[in-house]
Amino acid sequence: MAMLSVKNLGISFGGLRAVDSFNITIEKGELYGLIGPNGAGKTTAFNLLTGVYKPDSGVITLDGRNITGLSTIEINKAGIARTFQNIRLFKNMTVLDNVKIGLHNNYKYSTASGILRLPSFFKTEKLMNEKAFDILKVFDLDQEAHYLSANLPYGKQRKLEIARALATNPKMLLLDEPAAGMNPSETEELMKTITLIRKKYDVTILLIEHDMKLVAGICEKIFVLNFGMELANGRPQEVLNNPEVIKAYLGE
Amino acid sequence: MKQWKVFNQLNKSTRANVITIGVIAIIYVLCQLLIAVGALSNLMQGLLVPLCYYSILAVSLNLTVGILGELSLGHAGFMCIGAFSGAFFSRLTENTITSPWIRFPLAIMIGAIFAALFGGLIGIVVLRLRGDYLAIVTLAFGEIIKNIINVLYIGIDGSGFHFSMKDSLSLGLAKDGDIILNGAKGITGTPNDTTFTIATIFLIVVYLIITNLVNSRSGRAIQAIRDNRIAAESVGIDITKFKILAFTLSAAMAGIAGVLYSHNISTLVATPKNFGYNMSIMILVFVVLGGMGNIRGSIIAAVLLTLLPEYLRFMQDYRMLIYAIVLIVMMIFNWNPACIAWRKNHTIKGTLLSLLKKNRKEA
Ligand SMILES: Nc1ncnc2c1ncn2[C@@H]1O[C@H](COP(=O)(O)OP(=O)(O)OP(=O)(O)O)[C@@H](O)[C@H]1O
Ligand SMILES: [Mg+2]
Repeated sequence: MAMLSVKNLGISFGGLRAVDSFNITIEKGELYGLIGPNGAGKTTAFNLLTGVYKPDSGVITLDGRNITGLSTIEINKAGIARTFQNIRLFKNMTVLDNVKIGLHNNYKYSTASGILRLPSFFKTEKLMNEKAFDILKVFDLDQEAHYLSANLPYGKQRKLEIARALATNPKMLLLDEPAAGMNPSETEELMKTITLIRKKYDVTILLIEHDMKLVAGICEKIFVLNFGMELANGRPQEVLNNPEVIKAYLGE
Repeated sequence: MKQWKVFNQLNKSTRANVITIGVIAIIYVLCQLLIAVGALSNLMQGLLVPLCYYSILAVSLNLTVGILGELSLGHAGFMCIGAFSGAFFSRLTENTITSPWIRFPLAIMIGAIFAALFGGLIGIVVLRLRGDYLAIVTLAFGEIIKNIINVLYIGIDGSGFHFSMKDSLSLGLAKDGDIILNGAKGITGTPNDTTFTIATIFLIVVYLIITNLVNSRSGRAIQAIRDNRIAAESVGIDITKFKILAFTLSAAMAGIAGVLYSHNISTLVATPKNFGYNMSIMILVFVVLGGMGNIRGSIIAAVLLTLLPEYLRFMQDYRMLIYAIVLIVMMIFNWNPACIAWRKNHTIKGTLLSLLKKNRKEA
């Protein structure tokens, strides 16, 4: 059964049809790329999938469950986590705490046991720290665990966003331009990390990217969006050689 | 030396707690010693309890403003609710619960609960508001509470409670009746149960509640909402729940400060001076100058800015001028990037360590 199945999803902003009849089926464990020129509606599609915007039309099914119209919070609890194109970290908190907030719904103790420092506080915090460090190690961020997240270099901030999203233990991970602003060697490393976490955390990934090398290198399938509509969808080689796609990217 | 090792192994926040509480305890003992030898002026002695409840107010407001990141201008309103509900309870039970050791903790609890109820309500109401709008609504809330209490009359006699919003006569009390809350004349004859010791204990309790909260799962969630609401939602943080939690807890602790206040004076009335927006803004000044989210800073700012005007009394009209200058200097010290950098390089610990190294070299 498909992990994510989207039927006929659409939204308008005023007269602008930002996303129109968006159809995609992503199988369990697949790594899917979502590409398209600037303003094509890629981020808007993510915002629809995560409940930031309510769709005008369409149905979103995650692992057999209809999640259309749920709030962002409920959608995260249902199993979708994301990163943001314009980084949104908890800037005044440490790198470790950023990941621990991702763990919030999976490791619980009451507010009262936190204030009274009951045994459940110490026990759960210890587990949280271990889990958070596990994740940070994957992203090579464990050395910076106690830095303020705002003080990390740009590339590491992007990685921390992925780490935080993964901490929510999602079935499906949406990455919005994870390599933006990274230099080639950082991008290379990120590609490796993405293929690694996919196996290690058994997560299905949909990623937006402008870096063609990254997309062609790691994605099994690619979806091309243009002016809110599907331009092409399929295997990387077919899609990237599609004349329509080349035209959309390079202009007339 | 061994003790130091143990101390260093504690995590950072626990260490900060130990230091702060230690300093509060030392100051407390010093004050008691000074009182014992008669070296503390009456004026200063009278200020000890206010210093504690101002600090509690600052610390509790810091939860809303610094930790949750929402501007609230109605904190005095929560204090007012705590003060009146606590005093009401004490007046009511003065003859039935004669031991202050039982009555006063109950009064504190009642003050905290009533303030918390209103805090939760305000939390729900203002969930959809942000920034200026939130500030206006909380400001109005504080004023409304104060004004309602000024026209509220409550008495008791053999047949139970009597309420009125007109005057004490329309309560229609029997001969043996007792007017407890007398409109603008407030509540008189509240037992003076607040002592410096109790106030200090509650300051430490409130300090621990907030710092423990901040360094726990719920506290992290509250800070996440402050730092980036959209990101917090994206990782499944229940914004509504934690906003209301922060407002409720913050109000409850302002309520405690109110109870300490009302049991430290003989006549409790709600005036613009004690529960008006001036008071709310003064508490906000403590928080901003002490540093947003800096709990220890809130206490230091509350203490300094309460003592300062008293010590400047001899300057008469120039008093507030100096006060303003001190405010500006503190603001620069706290927020100017150069000052922040300087403070980072000159922490107490760092200075002590470098002194130690120097001594060792010389030895
Ligand atoms: N909240 C909104 N209100 C109005 N218009 C919007 C809103 N969000 C997006 N749009 C418009 O929808 C279109 C698609 O925007 P979107 O951000 O999804 O593009 P994108 O494919 O992510 O582009 P980029 O590659 O630049 O990130 C744009 O024309 C944008 O201006
Ligand atoms: Mg985008």
